Amino acid sequence: MSILLDENSKIIVQGLTGSEGTKHAGRMLQSGSQIVGGVNPRKAGTQVEIEGRSLPIFGSVTEAINGTGANVSVVFVPPAFAKSAVIEAIDAEIPLVVVITEGIPVKDSAEFWAYAKQKGGATRIIGPNCPGIISPGKSNAGIIPATITEAGPIGLVSKSGTLTYQMMFELRDIGISTAVGIGGDPIIGTTHIDALAAFEADPETKAIVMIGEIGGDAEERAADFIKANVTKPVVAYVAGFTAPEGKTMGHAGAIVSGSSGTAQAKKEALEAAGVKVGKTPSETAALMREVFASV
Amino acid sequence: MDLYEYQARDLFESYGVPVLAGIVADTPAEVRAAAEKLGGTVVVKAQVKTGGRGKAGGVKVAHSPAEAEELAEDILGLDIKGHVVRRVMVAAGARIAQEFYFSILLDRANRSYLSLSSVEGGMDIEQLAVEKPEALARIAIDPLAGIDTEKATEIARAARFPEELFDRIVPVIERLWWVYRDEDATLVEVNPLVLTESGTIIALDGKITVDDNAVFRHENHAALAEAGDVDPLEAKAKESDLNYVKLDGEVGIIGNGAGLVMSTLDVVSYAGERHGGVKPANFLDIGGGASAEVMAAGLDVILGDPQVKSVFVNVFGGITACDAVANGIVGALGKLGDAATKPLVVRLDGNNVEEGRRILADAAHPLVTVVDTMDDAADKAAELANA
Repeated sequence: MSILLDENSKIIVQGLTGSEGTKHAGRMLQSGSQIVGGVNPRKAGTQVEIEGRSLPIFGSVTEAINGTGANVSVVFVPPAFAKSAVIEAIDAEIPLVVVITEGIPVKDSAEFWAYAKQKGGATRIIGPNCPGIISPGKSNAGIIPATITEAGPIGLVSKSGTLTYQMMFELRDIGISTAVGIGGDPIIGTTHIDALAAFEADPETKAIVMIGEIGGDAEERAADFIKANVTKPVVAYVAGFTAPEGKTMGHAGAIVSGSSGTAQAKKEALEAAGVKVGKTPSETAALMREVFASV
Repeated sequence: MDLYEYQARDLFESYGVPVLAGIVADTPAEVRAAAEKLGGTVVVKAQVKTGGRGKAGGVKVAHSPAEAEELAEDILGLDIKGHVVRRVMVAAGARIAQEFYFSILLDRANRSYLSLSSVEGGMDIEQLAVEKPEALARIAIDPLAGIDTEKATEIARAARFPEELFDRIVPVIERLWWVYRDEDATLVEVNPLVLTESGTIIALDGKITVDDNAVFRHENHAALAEAGDVDPLEAKAKESDLNYVKLDGEVGIIGNGAGLVMSTLDVVSYAGERHGGVKPANFLDIGGGASAEVMAAGLDVILGDPQVKSVFVNVFGGITACDAVANGIVGALGKLGDAATKPLVVRLDGNNVEEGRRILADAAHPLVTVVDTMDDAADKAAELANA
């Protein structure tokens, strides 16, 4: 098994006809994902050829669902139009929308999240500004390379894209059930906690790696959640131990302000919850190996 | 992006939030002229993007233009937590009866907004939150509904602002929400929000942070950014669309992806402990596409930092193929020619790594060392920086 995404996932791409959408849809198809169509109101009724497949373009997410039975949408729409694309997906009540787009104003993310909540939460949002989600060997919704590792018993949740890849690479001999890149923006749909809860419930996930980074208190809240709710072993890594206060490190959310948001505080909170925390990606992988040997 | 106080003041004014007259000045002579124009008692306030200005001697009351000029001599050039004062705002004085606190900010935990308010303004809000948490009212703000008159009244009541001031304070709260909403802010803070002896409400000091992602829909924000005194290397990096932050160490860092680069800084710092205490010189994320041009621009910025003694290029090829990165490095070194003088340690993994390593091996550039793992490469880079 896996979480949130499996071999039965039927994926549409919002922004399929754009260059990013086309490129990554091709990669997703190569890795075995079932892509069933795209959305672009100006090109509704046409077809696009990607990786030797002819994919239908629909005028709206609702039409795409009605036409294909899609249950996942991956959004590659540019930042200025991303909010309305996500709201369209929420209105269509698609179960999962994965927002890859980087650079969406945080106000737009706050608004589409509030809108999803108001609508009753039928749609799970992953992202924005994230690499997406992959269940190796089953399906891939986003931009995570499918060739790094095969399926296995470790669940991985991370704020950072390339650190997700690095950790999948480090643990490639064991393998990954699902890797979820939740994104580094200040406001994101699916959190560490949501992913931890899903991994806890997934019988095929035996242990969990959680990657965090400086800024906010998501890792501290995850630590509280683990203490109360997670029985599977969790190993964590937090990036940014040496980041200076007041400097934003690439991700909009990655900033140490005052006494809060430091990697040290996060490490301590996680360790207090019984989570082993590595100082580097390789040390974290080594801890995972140790933990895994005893599962 | 954090705004300067005077920029916040001007934005407040444009939204009808009551503020005091204020004039910016860059020299003591300009300060004197500003004080003469304002008349009476004035306050000379250092314009730096950090807190604790008052304690650092960056805010002084002047009773005459001559005194203002004299005080400005001391304040201009002052170093406040690493921020050198290059500009002051000369503000009209006010007779303060009472100081309050009000802010609207992002609430990451709830994926929403939050307003904080208190009758106990003036002091450091982090301190207030710790020492008198009961005096700080936290009211959740729905991003879609925002703050209307009813919500503003709820906030005023929760903060225990005096009931007889509601007719003046509620409209100010509503207008501060408009600033937050319409300027794509992630923080609007007024501390203190004051009641003057004559009974008016004034935003005496303001902090605004605007969202860098929203610049595309705010023509005025680019101009606000220009007023900042940024590090020249950071400015150069920005011209090439590189995400660069100058730090204090000796090992230049280039990587792809914010998380991996942050992690690289950590690994290099740990390695530095074994090599004379060398530290990372910068954060530089070249993002997804590591073309020869991007790599050259990145190396150019890093090699322009005289503190840099070695460079660590740490790339995990996800979407980016390692052969493209390797070609980028070789091409960049070719372009830079004799300008490239510092040793480069390169670690590549992921997509097409064998081809990438082969390209670097074939090029056999005397400055380049290829190391297989991130830890060993960090160690090598730290060793070279300490040589």
